[in-house]
Amino acid sequence: MNPFGYTRAGDVAEAVRTAASDGAAQFIAGGTNLVDLMKERITAPSRLIDITRLPLRAVESLPDGGLKIGALVSNHDLAYHPEVVARYPLLSQAILAGASPQLRNMASTGGNLLQRTRCYYFYDAALPCNKRAPGSGCPALAGVNRIHAILGASEQCIAVHPSDMCVALAALAATVHVTGPAGSRTIEFAAFHRLPGDTPERDTNLQPGELVTAVELPRQGFAAHASYLKVRDRHSYAFALVSVAAALELEDGKIAEARLALGGVAHKPWRDPTAEDLLRGRSPDDALFARVGEHLVRDARGRGHNDFKIALVRRAVVRALQQAVAGGSQA
Amino acid sequence: MTTGKPHDRVDGRAKVTGQARYAGEFSAPDLVHGVVVTTAIARGKIVRIDAAEALALPGVLQVFTHENAPRLAWRDRSWRDMVAPGGSPLRPLHDAEIQFSGQPVALVVAESFELARHAAGLVVVVVEAAPHQTRLAEVEAEAHEPARGKKGYTPPPKPRGRADEALAAAPVRVEATYEHPALHHNPMEPHATTVVVEADGNLTIHDKTQGVGNSRDYVCKVFGLSTDQVRVVTPFVGGGFGSGLRPQYQLFLAVLAARELRRSVRVVLTRQQMFTLGYRPWTRQRVALGAERDGSLRALVHEAVGNTSRFEDYCENVVPWSGVLYECPNTRLEYGVAPLDLYTPIDARAPGAVTGLWALESAIDELADALDLDPLALRLRNYAEEDQDHRRPFSSKALRDCYREGAARFGWHRRSRAPRSMRAGPLQIGWGMATGIWEAQQAPSQAKALLTADGRLHVASASGEIGPGTYTIMSQIAAEQLGLPIAAVRFELGDTALPPAMIQGGSATASSVGSAVLAVCKALQHSLLKLAQTMPDSPFAGRGLDDVVFLDRGLRLRSGTADAVPIAAIMRHAGLGSLAEQATAIPDMARQSRYTSNAHSAVFVEVAVDEALGTVTVKRVVSAVAGGRILNPKTARSQILGGVVWGIGMALEEHSMLDHGLGRFVNHNLGEYHVPVHADVPEIDVLFVEERDDVVNPLGVKGLGEIGIVGVAAAIANAVFHATGRRIRELPITLDKLL
Ligand SMILES: Cc1cc2nc3c(=O)[nH]c(=O)nc-3n(C[C@H](O)[C@H](O)[C@H](O)COP(=O)(O)OP(=O)(O)OC[C@H]3O[C@@H](n4cnc5c(N)ncnc54)[C@H](O)[C@@H]3O)c2cc1C
Repeated sequence: MNPFGYTRAGDVAEAVRTAASDGAAQFIAGGTNLVDLMKERITAPSRLIDITRLPLRAVESLPDGGLKIGALVSNHDLAYHPEVVARYPLLSQAILAGASPQLRNMASTGGNLLQRTRCYYFYDAALPCNKRAPGSGCPALAGVNRIHAILGASEQCIAVHPSDMCVALAALAATVHVTGPAGSRTIEFAAFHRLPGDTPERDTNLQPGELVTAVELPRQGFAAHASYLKVRDRHSYAFALVSVAAALELEDGKIAEARLALGGVAHKPWRDPTAEDLLRGRSPDDALFARVGEHLVRDARGRGHNDFKIALVRRAVVRALQQAVAGGSQA
Repeated sequence: MTTGKPHDRVDGRAKVTGQARYAGEFSAPDLVHGVVVTTAIARGKIVRIDAAEALALPGVLQVFTHENAPRLAWRDRSWRDMVAPGGSPLRPLHDAEIQFSGQPVALVVAESFELARHAAGLVVVVVEAAPHQTRLAEVEAEAHEPARGKKGYTPPPKPRGRADEALAAAPVRVEATYEHPALHHNPMEPHATTVVVEADGNLTIHDKTQGVGNSRDYVCKVFGLSTDQVRVVTPFVGGGFGSGLRPQYQLFLAVLAARELRRSVRVVLTRQQMFTLGYRPWTRQRVALGAERDGSLRALVHEAVGNTSRFEDYCENVVPWSGVLYECPNTRLEYGVAPLDLYTPIDARAPGAVTGLWALESAIDELADALDLDPLALRLRNYAEEDQDHRRPFSSKALRDCYREGAARFGWHRRSRAPRSMRAGPLQIGWGMATGIWEAQQAPSQAKALLTADGRLHVASASGEIGPGTYTIMSQIAAEQLGLPIAAVRFELGDTALPPAMIQGGSATASSVGSAVLAVCKALQHSLLKLAQTMPDSPFAGRGLDDVVFLDRGLRLRSGTADAVPIAAIMRHAGLGSLAEQATAIPDMARQSRYTSNAHSAVFVEVAVDEALGTVTVKRVVSAVAGGRILNPKTARSQILGGVVWGIGMALEEHSMLDHGLGRFVNHNLGEYHVPVHADVPEIDVLFVEERDDVVNPLGVKGLGEIGIVGVAAAIANAVFHATGRRIRELPITLDKLL
């Protein structure tokens, strides 16, 4: 770990000002990801801007029926928040599928969005990695790539975004509220994270100095028919090999509205609206679900060890949609 | 009786309250901290190490490298520890040669740990890589008999009969190759050493080790010190599983730094660096079985190749079990090691047996399927009543009882034969079983004891406590021998100042150190009886130890109504404040060598497989164990539980993943090296069958540290086959293999 400065921000403006004045400073919330990265010298912030005292811990119901979640609401509090449990069970399920109770107690909503990939090579400072050291190469391409991307990857980077919560947020079409040196703005969830392209070092479209202040959920929560399915190498405390957030609105036996997002397959939570189009207006059945699964992986590319993810997505999509219809969580 | 009771751990409170000190927790005035720098290439040489930036930081004391490390012992012999395999052990910081990825190349020492860690990141190591090889299949042809030298290794027995001909002629045959990857031990406590430089210059070393004597002797030989200059004190070890059998490089580095700087030094490895130590070797095995249609085995061939490093021949007993477990007239067992550009493997819980039984017990299951026989019935049909390879009887073998009682507890008779024939809702259910076996051993050990007139007993031996409950069972043995409450006994271990004991491994501590404790207590009994006989009107006159019992802090006649005489009264009469004894327990080789002594187990497993997603859930496990006499059912059960959990990990999750391009283990953290979590571990039902054995050692114990894991991986793989009809022969059985 490198020596670093420390500032406890008193308000959002101070946090943003400090960040803007020092390009190598980083915010720290729960620290569950950032501290590990610092210890392994994956990142070396000049300064930590402690944001944990900022007033961003509220979960508020909005007049239009939406829900606004402060960036510092812990993953635990969010997963068990009565409004979330009742109206957005998909989000609750996704959060509880991740990490461990201890980590969820510490982890924040904002930090979860900005957690970094778990790619073995990114995490090993002794090795090349285009995400960590742009231009140094990507050993995962020809290396151990069991956990890597099958969709939207580039020849620069095949890392995946590891979050479960974000997969649900993608499906729920959340928006992210940020405040930066140039003021405040909102970012559609689909535009928040990036594909690697030629700039894998950039995970998100946040601008320098921008602080996530909240995540907003629209009114529609798919409470009756939502399921988060996480497939992983052990029954708890492992990142998703593939996960599926499936949410349906059923009317008179037909799918009135559908949302699908995948985790563990791409550099960002993967939401493909054309797959949702296939579902809309149709009666739910396994053949349809299988077609949707097939459609989602039409451009998928395996790199060897992760080839199985293509088949797994097909099957997991069917299962998640079945579970969503049944209104239940993962068996 | 104090033994045989489920006594709580006597050190449990110290452990859960943080009073128990581990190697990296000892301190000393002016302690400084060392952080290890490792290399990321698998083979090549160091061109240059630039430590200027690190050294420029105030508080950084030194960066040790091969360029400035002092010349030390030059013969391999001096670097070879008690359990080293044949070859030339690693000499850290010896020269510019790099022999494996993760090799330590520098030690940065600073006033604080944080500073040392930071400075370590500033050390630039310029290397020149040479081609490396880390694929086992590519070097299988180079497999050879291991160089001699490794303690406990026995080359496979000579072939019996004509296995290959018998195989070709057998009406039913199965033949397959089984493989498992390298597996790192990952004990909870990372390897660590704290070297305290005493005022007189002598060293007191707290090292994470399973044998304080081994660490002490290694340090003395390598640094040219005498045994009175070095004392190793390790009262607790946070899990060893074999990884602490050999002195690891942090010990060497900490001692080097302490001697050069004349300061007390602590070096703790990071979790990532734990993946630069030894591991259970990557092994490929071919098993071929030939049988009559009634299931009688006619031929058994078991060939195994495990990886080793280029500089040492790590070896283990993988195949001999196959000649002992089943009756079969024609057997051929072969074993070789093949060098890769990796660090040398090291014993891991039940070394060899875990590996061999994974293949053998999978193959037996395949044969049962080919014969359409119940897998348990097939095993019983070929049950060996004597050791055919050595032509001698078993000192005891209650494996039949393991099968019977385990099957009953599990409900095995309700299993339907055909694969894919049991389900629960959308899940496929599979029931599988396997046998476990491990050698019961005893090695010479010593103990001393001091009985004080206030009725307290202090017993000590330089054994270790890697977690099995050594403090507890030794206290139980001693308390029972002298009729004392367990609270009156204090057992001390883990200190080279104490009488030497065997290195803690191979499940032989209870038998070896326990026998020494028994012997020293018998010596005390003898002295007390003699003293008691000198008392006026002694009821013990003319009596021997067989006629008396020690009970309730006193001595009395086994029969008759004479009052007990308190131990305190005996000592008072003799005018003694204390009574001291020392004893050595040496195995009775003349007798033991006439028998084969093994612990056995039968493991029954139920799995549920979600076929669409490929996920396997272990639903329940019954492990029935024949381990001789059980000194403490509670700590004994814990040993088996731990073994079964590790077996679940081996079967389904654990995999030290090698990037062959880099020649490096890449998932070197516990986030990505998966071990079972609570959600993966079902109810585990452990039962011990009655087994009496007066050959193995005076206590009749066989040791339980290893047997719990043996066979578990095969039982799970067999259950997966029963559930799905798919035979997975390459561990771990991750979901991609079942899609
Ligand atoms: C062993 C382990 C297992 C895990 N398993 C899972 C899992 O299965 N599924 C899963 O989804 N997650 C998992 N996690 C990840 C966990 O969810 C994240 O570490 C956590 O959500 C990060 O939140 P934090 O508040 O601790 O972030 P920090 O570590 O404090 O910060 C992470 C990053 O976010 C930035 N940041 C934090 N807050 C803000 C903000 N408001 N605005 C702008 N930038 C900000 C920081 O600068 C930093 O770059 C696991 C983590 C660990 C250690």
